[in-house]
This record gives sequence, C-alpha cells and structure tokens, in this order.
Amino acid sequence: MSSVTEPTTAVGKTADYLDDRLSLGTVIKQFGRKVFPDHWSFMLGEVALWSFVVVVLSGTFLTFFYEPSMAHTYYDGSYAPLKGAEMTVAYASSLDISFDIRGGLIMRQIHHWGALIFVAASGLHMLRVFFTGAFRKPRELNWVIGFLLFLMGMGAGFTGYSLPDDLLSGNGLRIIDGMIKGIPVIGPAVSSGFFGGEFPGTEVIPRLYSLHIMILPALIIALLAAHLLLLVIHMHTHYPGPGRRDDNVVGYPLMPVYVAKAGGFFFLVFGVIAAISALFTINPIWNYGPYDPSPVSAGTQPDWYIGWLDGALRLAPGGLDVAIFGYVIPMGVMLPIIVSLVFLVLVAVYPFIEAWVTGDKRDHHVLDRPRNAPTRTAIGAAGVTFYAVLWAGASTDLIAIFFQMSLNHVLTAMQVLLVIGPVIAYWVTKRACLALQRKDREIALHGRETGRVVRLPHGEYIEVHEPVDKYELWKLVDFKDYEPIMPRPNKKGKITVGTKLRSAISKIYFEDRIAPVSKAEYELAHADHSPAIEESAKRKPKQLKKKL
Amino acid sequence: MSEVQKYDSGSATNIERPISDPGIEPHRVRMTDKSEKHAKTAERQISFMFLVSIVGAIIAVWGFVAFPIVGGDLSATRNNAFWMGIGMALSLLGIGFGAVHWAKTLMPDNEVSESRHPARSSDEARAKAIEIVKLADGESGFTRRKLIRRTLYGALAFFPIPAVVIFGDLGPQVGDTLKHTMWRAGTRLTKDPTGIPIKASEVTIGSVFHVIPEGLKDLEEHKLEEKAKAAVLLVRVNPGDLKEDPDKANWSYDGIVAYSKICTHVGCPVALYEQHTHHLLCPCHQSTFDLADHCKVVFGPAARPLPQLPIAVDDEGYLVAQSDFLEPIGPSFWDIRK
Amino acid sequence: MNPQKPMRRRPWALGVVIFLGLILSGGGYAAATQTFEAEFGSPEQVEEGRKLFLANCASCHGTNGEGAIGGPSLIGVGAASVDFQVGTGRMPGQASGPQLYKKPVQFTEEQIAAMAAYVASLAPGPAIPPEEYLRTDGDPTHGGELFRINCAMCHNAVGAGGALTEGKFAPALDGVTEKHIYEAMVTGPQNMPVFNDANLTPEDKKDIITYLKYVEENRSVGGFELGSIGPVAEGLFTWIFGLGFIIAITVWLGAKAN
Repeated sequence: MSSVTEPTTAVGKTADYLDDRLSLGTVIKQFGRKVFPDHWSFMLGEVALWSFVVVVLSGTFLTFFYEPSMAHTYYDGSYAPLKGAEMTVAYASSLDISFDIRGGLIMRQIHHWGALIFVAASGLHMLRVFFTGAFRKPRELNWVIGFLLFLMGMGAGFTGYSLPDDLLSGNGLRIIDGMIKGIPVIGPAVSSGFFGGEFPGTEVIPRLYSLHIMILPALIIALLAAHLLLLVIHMHTHYPGPGRRDDNVVGYPLMPVYVAKAGGFFFLVFGVIAAISALFTINPIWNYGPYDPSPVSAGTQPDWYIGWLDGALRLAPGGLDVAIFGYVIPMGVMLPIIVSLVFLVLVAVYPFIEAWVTGDKRDHHVLDRPRNAPTRTAIGAAGVTFYAVLWAGASTDLIAIFFQMSLNHVLTAMQVLLVIGPVIAYWVTKRACLALQRKDREIALHGRETGRVVRLPHGEYIEVHEPVDKYELWKLVDFKDYEPIMPRPNKKGKITVGTKLRSAISKIYFEDRIAPVSKAEYELAHADHSPAIEESAKRKPKQLKKKL
Repeated sequence: MSEVQKYDSGSATNIERPISDPGIEPHRVRMTDKSEKHAKTAERQISFMFLVSIVGAIIAVWGFVAFPIVGGDLSATRNNAFWMGIGMALSLLGIGFGAVHWAKTLMPDNEVSESRHPARSSDEARAKAIEIVKLADGESGFTRRKLIRRTLYGALAFFPIPAVVIFGDLGPQVGDTLKHTMWRAGTRLTKDPTGIPIKASEVTIGSVFHVIPEGLKDLEEHKLEEKAKAAVLLVRVNPGDLKEDPDKANWSYDGIVAYSKICTHVGCPVALYEQHTHHLLCPCHQSTFDLADHCKVVFGPAARPLPQLPIAVDDEGYLVAQSDFLEPIGPSFWDIRK
Repeated sequence: MNPQKPMRRRPWALGVVIFLGLILSGGGYAAATQTFEAEFGSPEQVEEGRKLFLANCASCHGTNGEGAIGGPSLIGVGAASVDFQVGTGRMPGQASGPQLYKKPVQFTEEQIAAMAAYVASLAPGPAIPPEEYLRTDGDPTHGGELFRINCAMCHNAVGAGGALTEGKFAPALDGVTEKHIYEAMVTGPQNMPVFNDANLTPEDKKDIITYLKYVEENRSVGGFELGSIGPVAEGLFTWIFGLGFIIAITVWLGAKAN
C-alpha cells in the first residue's frame, strides 16, 4: 500500500497494519461494491441467519448455568409448588435459570422464541426459493444444503426442547423411544444405545446436550458457511423486470447501503425477538413438573417444527401391527416414518426432477413469478397442504376443544383431508395460475381496463383500455415458457422407458400452458388501431409526467 | 441460437418478445434528495433512534440491578425479565431502525447493475485443470498401479469400522428387559406416588387409581425405568358391564380391573378414563381403548390392546398381582412375540 | 392412611358404609371410603328442597330421585353432587349433547342448599366439604405432584382443560371455587372418575386445591401465557405475530423511501 501514500491518521495506520497481514484491501476491492437486489422476500433467509445468531448468543449464556445431568436432587429454589420435589439436576438448573438467575428467564425465552423463529424463517425462505424457482441451475446444490440446514434446525430444536427434562419434554422423548423401538430388527438395540439402557435412563440428557451445543451447531455453521459461499459465487437472483437479465444483477451496492440494511436488520430481528420474549412466556417448564413416566399433561405436543411428524403419528390408521414369521412390524409407527421420509426426499430432490423434466441446462438468475410456472406452483401448494394437514393433525385435541367438536370427528376429517387436500390444492392453484397468466396476457395485449365507457361517433360503446408502460409490459412478457417433450428415439432408434416417462411427466407439467405474448400478436393487437387504445394513448404523456 | 444453446434450453420455447428490454427504470427522486430540510429531518430522526437505543441499554441494566431475586417472590423474577427484555428490545430496535432508515433516506438509492459470471470455469481453466489431474495421476501412478489403488479402497472402507464399533457400549444388550416388569405374584398394588397399598374395598365403582408396584417407591436405582414399565391404572366398574373372556375371568376382582398405563402405540401414559363410557384415551395420539372389553383399541393409531395385570386380593384385603403381565407392555417392537 | 374422622360419624352411617364396603369388596374387608357423612338439614329445609326438586328436577330424575328417561338416579349421590351440579349452573341441564356446560347459576344458595339437603336425605352420599379442607394453606408441592398424576392428563398440567372422546372435554379449572373442585373430585361428575377419600385423602385434596390456586394466582412469570396450552399456541404465535411482525419490517426495509 506504500505506493498510495503513507498513512497518517490512526484509522489509516490500522488499515495499513491489517492490510499488510490480511490482504484486506483486495477483499474490499472485490466485495465492497458487490450488488445485492432488494426485495422483502429476499430478507427471509436473512431472518433465519440472524435469528440463528441470536440463538447462539443466548444459548451460550444458558450453557454457563445449565447442568446436563440426570442425577437426582431435591428442588430448593424460588418456585413454591416444586419446593422439595425430587427431580433431575438438569430440570433443577433449568428452573434456577428461570427463577433465580437474573436475566436467566429473559435469555431462556429469547433462546426459545428465537429458535422457533429460526426454523419458521428457514421454512418460509425455502418456500420463497421454491415458488420463485430460485433452486434452478446453478443453485440445485445450494437448495440441498439449505434443505439440510432446515433438517439440522429441526434436530437442534428437538434436542433443545428435551434438555429441561420436564414432564412435557420427557413425554416427547418417550414418544421418540416408542418410534425407535418400532424400527424392524435394530429398533430395541438402537433405543438401548440412545438411552444408555432402558428408557429413560440417566444418559440421554448429557448425550442430547452434546448434540445440541456441539455437533448440531457445528454442522449448522459449516453448512451455513457453504450456503453463503455459494451465494457469493452465484450472486443473488432477482425478480423479472426491466433491466434484469440472466447475465446481470440489479440492486444496491454492499457498501454502504447493504451493510446498513443487513446490519441494521440483525438488530431488528434480535429486537423483535427480545420484545416478544419480554412480553410473552414460552415453554413455562415450571408448569409441567419434573419428568415421571406415569403422569402426562393434556395438550402434550412438540414444538411447531416437529408438529407435522407428531401429526403423522396421530393420523396413521390403527391396528396395523404386521407380523412376518412371528416378527412384528408396527406399521402404525413405521407408516408415518416412511411417509415423512418420502416427503422429505421429494423436497430435497425436487430441483433435479424439474431439471430432468424441462431438460433445461441453462443458468437461471431471473426468478419466475409463481404464476408463470403453474405446475411447479401447484405442486408446491399441494406439498404445503400436505404438510399443513399433518401439522394441524398434531393439534386435533386443541382444535376439538376450541371449536367444540368431537375429537374423533376432527381426526377422521384430517385423515380424509390429508388425502384429498393436496389434490384440491394442486388443481385450484394450477387453474388460478393459468387464469392469472391469461389476465397478464390480456393486459399486455390490450392494456388495462379503465372502467371508462365512451360512445364512438358511429354509436358503438367501448370501454377505454389504457396501455401499460414499457417497464410494466416487459415484466408481463418476459418469462420462460416450456412445451411438453415428445418421446424421441435415441441413437439406437429405441424409445426407452425413461424417455416415455419423461415425456409423460413433461405433458403433465406443460400441456396446459399460456404462451407469452409474441411480437406478432402484439403488433396485430396494435395494428387495427383500436380507437380505445388510441384514445388513452393520447393521455399517456400527461400521466407519465404526473408520475415523475 | 447455436445448436448447443438449443439443446441446453430443453423444451423451452423460443418466442421473440414484443418489445425489447427497456433497461432499468429511471431513478425516482426522494424528498431527501430534493430538499435539504427533509434530509436534516431524516438525520435528526436517525440520531433520535440511536439515542433511544442508548436509553434502552440503560433500562436493561437498571432492570438487572433494580430487581434482585427475593426467594419465593415471583414478581422480582417477572420484573427482571420484563425490564431487561424491554430495555434490550429498545436498544436493539433503536440501532436497527436507525441504520435502515439511514440507508433508505440518506444513502443513494440508484439501482445499479453488475454483470454475472457463470459458475462454470472457463474452457482454458478446465483444460488446465484436467491437465493437472492427469499429470498427478501419471506421477503417482494411481490409475496404472491397480494393486495399490484397490488395497487403498479396501483400507478406506475398513478404517471407519472401529469408529462405529467403538460406540458399541452406548447401551447394554437389550436381553429380555422389554418383556418383564417389576410385578410378581403377590406384589401389592400401591398408590402412585405415595406407595400406600390399596384395599379392594377402597376402590369404589367409578374410581380410578394410579398404581405402582409395592417397593418401587423405595428403589435406589432404576426407579424411573421400572416405573416406565410397571405403571398401572386400576378401575372398578359395575361387574355387569365387563365383557370378560372366560379364560381371563379370574384376572379381575369383582369389577376391579388393572391395565398397563403405557400406550401400545408409542408409550405415552394412557390415563384419560371416562367413567361412563369406560373408554381410556391417550392424550398424545388419541388412541382409545375400551376398558370394559379387555382394553381393545376402539379408535386411533394403536394396534394392540393394553395388557391386563391379573389381580387378586390377599388375606389382609389388599389388592395384589397374580403374576407379571403375560405379554410385553408398551409399544410394539420387532421380537415382541418371540 | 386413616384420614377419616370417626368422631364425626353417626354410628348407623358407619354401619351403612361398612355394609356397602362389604358388598363392594366382596371380601369383607371394609374400610370406610365414604366422605364426611351426610349432615341432614332441618325437616323444613328438606321439605323445601323436595318442592324445588319436584318443580325443577323430577321430570328427568323421577319424582323420588330414582332416575327416569334423560336423567340418572340421584339416590346416594349426596349433597356434594347437588351442590356441584346446580352450584356451577350445569344443572338443570338444557340441551342434550356430549356433555353439560357450565352456565349461569339458576338458584339461590338457600335453594341449592335445600335441594342438596333433600337429595342427601334420600340415601347417604358425599356431603358438602367442610371449610377446613377448602383453605389454600396446604402443601403445593405434594398437591402439584398428585395433580399431575391424577388430573393433568385430562385437565392439563395447570388446569387449562383438555379434550376427551366424542366431543366430551375436561373443563378448565381457573375460576372454579375451592368447594366445587373438592366436590368434583369426590363425586366424579359426568365422565370424570371418582376420587374417594381412600384414593386422595381430604388432606390430599386440600393440597391439590392449594396447588391449583397457587398457579391461578401466580400466572405470567414469563409474560402473557397464551392460554397455557403449550407449544401449539407458541407455534401459532411464532408464525402469525413473530414472523408477521418481522415480515412487516422487511417490507418496510425493501420499500423505496419517498
């Protein structure tokens, strides 16, 4: 750096010192003005990232006071209805954090609310990526990394939920134990290994603790690093619009705008979580009492992100212990496990399925508006419905009370909905997307309806249509359109099963399609000199002026 | 469009757009760009938010100091959490809103375009990379020396095995622990959690007792493990309401029946007893068992009836077990019938 | 293990209890399991109660409380049952359904006491509990443990209520008087099982009431409790308000300034 000038100020000297050792100048030169597109939905991943940071910070505080031990003790803290109760050290230390350590309760609540928001924001971010097609080449692998992050988030959440060792989390572990035991052949041995013997044992809390504070956070941080590295390599996608192309990125530079916005956003996310934690209680562990295998509380449910799995357990049909040569496979437990695994695998591999169906090998950096990919959007809606029914299935008892219905009817209705709900959602969404595309096409060709009816000299009444400006028009016409693939013979002249399958799926995807407005169509629509468009075209300069 | 691009685009159609890309929309001038007065106002707003942040931090510290924990007084805990939380929230939101407001009103908001580069390496880079890999292969003889390569694969396959085996002592061998509980012939039924034995006469019609085996309360070790298997629900119904199998008729005692409390689905305590319907409901997944009919599953995901504990009365009038359960309790597992 | 108060028993009532016990146990080992024996009201009160009973209850429960279509027999249910059912407004029942709901109380305290006295005069049964077991100076830790083992599976760990089968439910317990909680345990209204004094002694019941009143009066250590129904409410709150609020901020953040 000496070639520039010798630094004189303190900041300059520090920068000089650091750059000589860290090559800071190159980093800032490289990334300082990198462009990030601005849209509220692009912040969802950031919500997840920042709430994860909040969870790490608050969790670190908690580790200073929490003791992961299942040794027995007698409670002697501030909460009167548990004084003298026999419990584990883990539960007693969680109670102490809540009642007897200043700042402990607020940190516990920040940690728990932050965790719920972390997983929720990850899920919402995944939905944004899915419905806008941001998972397409070159980002398929980053989708898989994100998917793994979501799974890790669920795992970190569940292990944390279990740590207080209260009645609620203990019954949660008992359910996990029951599911593990049901796995054919290895189930009982795996359960013994997990709990260090019979349930509940004295090992599981320390083991969950090392998963919760070491292994899972380390995996999350590693995957996050990869996720963000790939983001830098690919640069962020942007929504279709004027000037947005697959070979550029439109937005604001990192320094200063994005540093201020994203940096400020960390404080906003943390602040909202802190405000919620100050005002609303979460997981009042003192209400549930110490874990004991005999009692249970009504309304025993997991945190929301495990809810769909609990719902799958509830909605499974009964009486399904299948016996093979005297060995038992409890399908009432295995069926939900299998169904949820299949669902997860489908989510993870969807980008590859779609890439195979379209055969499109180009890079995509301009997003799809959800309506412009009707089948993908419909598949997404079906998946969301399936997940949502399972999720709601985990609260059948509360739904029954709240709406004064029969628990049994609610459960049966959920079972029916689980099957037909996704089908209805698929169909309705696809039709809605096609209708919206048709509307876009109308607007692109004939302009917007103004509601103004005029009478022409020869007596005809027409409604005046106002053409959209070129920026708006570009947004309406610039999307990718696919046609079904015909099964073609390969080099050997054979049509393989794979080709046939691909053509069949391609047909499902693209048989119903609304093609974008072509140049010829546009010119034709404007060539007949429709007086309606003429009329409003005259008004256009005035309007533009007003807008500017 | 070249042949390669055509192939790359799969089944995408190639339609000429009716207009060409008009380019980025013109910049919209903000009030703060136009008038110094507005810019000043924004500046004051931003500084005010940063000042609020400082006040928030002070409130949080005050909340910590002002409410020392007083044993048994929950209001101190409440005030502590509330004021620290509100103070932290103000302190954080002040910085956040200030910074974003700054970015939105005073920093330039002209959208700019930057060109992207494909993730794919350039052809030259690829050629060079391939050349390096080939050179390395040649120098090491990785492809040529089959014996080395194959034994290396073997070694790589075998070396993680100890890392798996080393976890073998995570838990003991299962043995037949899943199939037995603490109940023995003559074990008295006692109340949970007090361990007081129960006389048959105390169990009036419509009553439900939560039961543990005698001696469990005083176990030094494995108390919860035993309780997790031995917990029992004791109920007396009108003997006329019981539908009993002839071969299990002597398992009950004058309308008093005892069933395992551990759900055969995934192990929650099934304890929601309805006096008039004789139904037992599991609160976790809603399996419902008909207590009057050998706890058969009448609703929900469970597959097996709750196992019945055969009971009798000893010569002091106390309820005792005739034996252990005659089948494994709790969730079904692989070798449950072996 | 001897919670009874023999001094407060009339000899013949004890005899009846022993006789019932003999019948029930079938073995002849009788321990008194009934609650405090019925203390009969004055003949005038019983007569007043009989009139009220005939006017308001007899159409379902029979003219002598023997039960009829639509209503069970009331012989032996005791004064506690009447005091609970009528005192919480559940009786007289209105619509038929899976379960009777709590309603505004229809009778004055004197009228309820009169009907209770009348029903108690039909046959001995659980009486209205004395004041000493309704105070909240018991052991909340023991009460909490008993509540979790015997009650929480239906009523939730802090008495927020829960669902039963086919539209039935265990009601929330906050705001229920000490006396009614006690009477519910001892009489087992509707589908609730009975917790007689051999199962939960009067002291145990007092401890349970102490615990319930403690959690009722010491709510909200961590803030608003979202119904105390557990993680489902927390999850909904996270999605609707937590993320909702954050998304509102992102929209503001992404919008262009004027």
